[in-house]
Amino acid sequence: MTDTAIEAAALGKRFGGPSRSGGWALRDCSFRLPAASICAVVGPNGAGKSTLLAHAAGLLEPTEGTVTVLGAHPSATRERIAYVAQDKPLYPQLTVAETLRLGLELNPGRWDASLAERIVTDGDLDPRARIRALSGGQRTRVALALALGKRPELLLLDEPMADLDPLARHQLMGTLLAEAAEQGTTVVMSSHILGELAHACDFLLLVGEGRIRLGGAIDDLVAAHRLVTGRGPLTDALAPHTVIESRATGRGLTALIRPAGPVAPGWETAEPSLEDILLAHLRSPDAPALLTPSASVRSGSSDMSAAVTG
Amino acid sequence: MVEYRIDRRSGVATYLQIVQQTKQALRLGLLEPGDQLPTAREVVETTAINPNTVLKAYRELEREGLVEARRGLGTFVRRSLGAAAAGSPLRSELAAWASRARASGLDRDDVAALFASVLEEQFAERPGAGADESGAGQINETEGDKA
Repeated sequence: MTDTAIEAAALGKRFGGPSRSGGWALRDCSFRLPAASICAVVGPNGAGKSTLLAHAAGLLEPTEGTVTVLGAHPSATRERIAYVAQDKPLYPQLTVAETLRLGLELNPGRWDASLAERIVTDGDLDPRARIRALSGGQRTRVALALALGKRPELLLLDEPMADLDPLARHQLMGTLLAEAAEQGTTVVMSSHILGELAHACDFLLLVGEGRIRLGGAIDDLVAAHRLVTGRGPLTDALAPHTVIESRATGRGLTALIRPAGPVAPGWETAEPSLEDILLAHLRSPDAPALLTPSASVRSGSSDMSAAVTG
Repeated sequence: MVEYRIDRRSGVATYLQIVQQTKQALRLGLLEPGDQLPTAREVVETTAINPNTVLKAYRELEREGLVEARRGLGTFVRRSLGAAAAGSPLRSELAAWASRARASGLDRDDVAALFASVLEEQFAERPGAGADESGAGQINETEGDKA
């Protein structure tokens, strides 16, 4: 078992034809996702979130760079991964029960029938109903039942909760996280709405224009930033720090910074929320990227645990 | 069994909400020594929050000596919290101070702001309270606990 769920090194993907970033959907993406993380992949529409997930699922080949999943090439780990695409592809002519049966047949030795059935029953779905007759939210439920029933080590969910009502969203997220906690599953969920993911996740990748702009354990990312408020010229007081964004507040200003040492006296500092950090970065596309140590690609492949002998 | 309610808009860190609600349950006698806290799985299933957040809250309660984790069994209450010293001299001093503050023309919000700022000053640097500042090491530890 490896302690890394996903590792990308200089990953780039170029689709044919010109587009706004010269055809590159992903460019120079490097990060490490530790196993057993619950990771949010956030970013504006078209940032490259889905392309990133599809690479981890082994459905796309990189144009340049590499992506490794559970210590191997994605195509070699397919049975240990579950991937739910944004459009939740299922066979429309099958019934709910037949779809779960398919899950059993396709995942011999792994399939957890009682879990899959419970997810479906929790939504009051008729097992005899055909997929084509289900609403979008009900289809999502069946797709999640298939994915969780597989008992994957890595679960990739592209915009999983978008078409669920608030109650179903809360309940399915609870089931998902409880299973992840018990099995040690790594979960990666993309969304352009942070709200629904902020409390569920402990790791974050912010994607923008095909690059990783922020990556790391959420606690580490929050600890790396400070909201400072004060009066006086910005440049003097905040010069040593990286200023992500600053805005006027009354006669003074409020800035989100990455402090490099103590902040000058007279400036009030506060811990920003994750939302503060994300919004500031979204409003400042030129802010430098930040990968915390937990998200940084390790040089070489030496196992850390080997160092802790005796 | 206590049930936690997470207010996503409160601005209070989620793990602190669990810590505070547990303490409140101890003060109100809803939890007594020997009682079991819900498992991380149970909390996660009902609240849809991150499992590590629950473990972090329980570690904080353990650090304060209020609960203990028994391996393979769960987390149990070790001691109760007295009903916030209802008749204590501290309370009457505070009451006297509050009435002086009111007499001197401060309104409720002024007093609350003053009190909050003194609290901040007096309790800011609690030794060992930096549980959320210690970064990556902390998180790796949690992953081990999860299995």
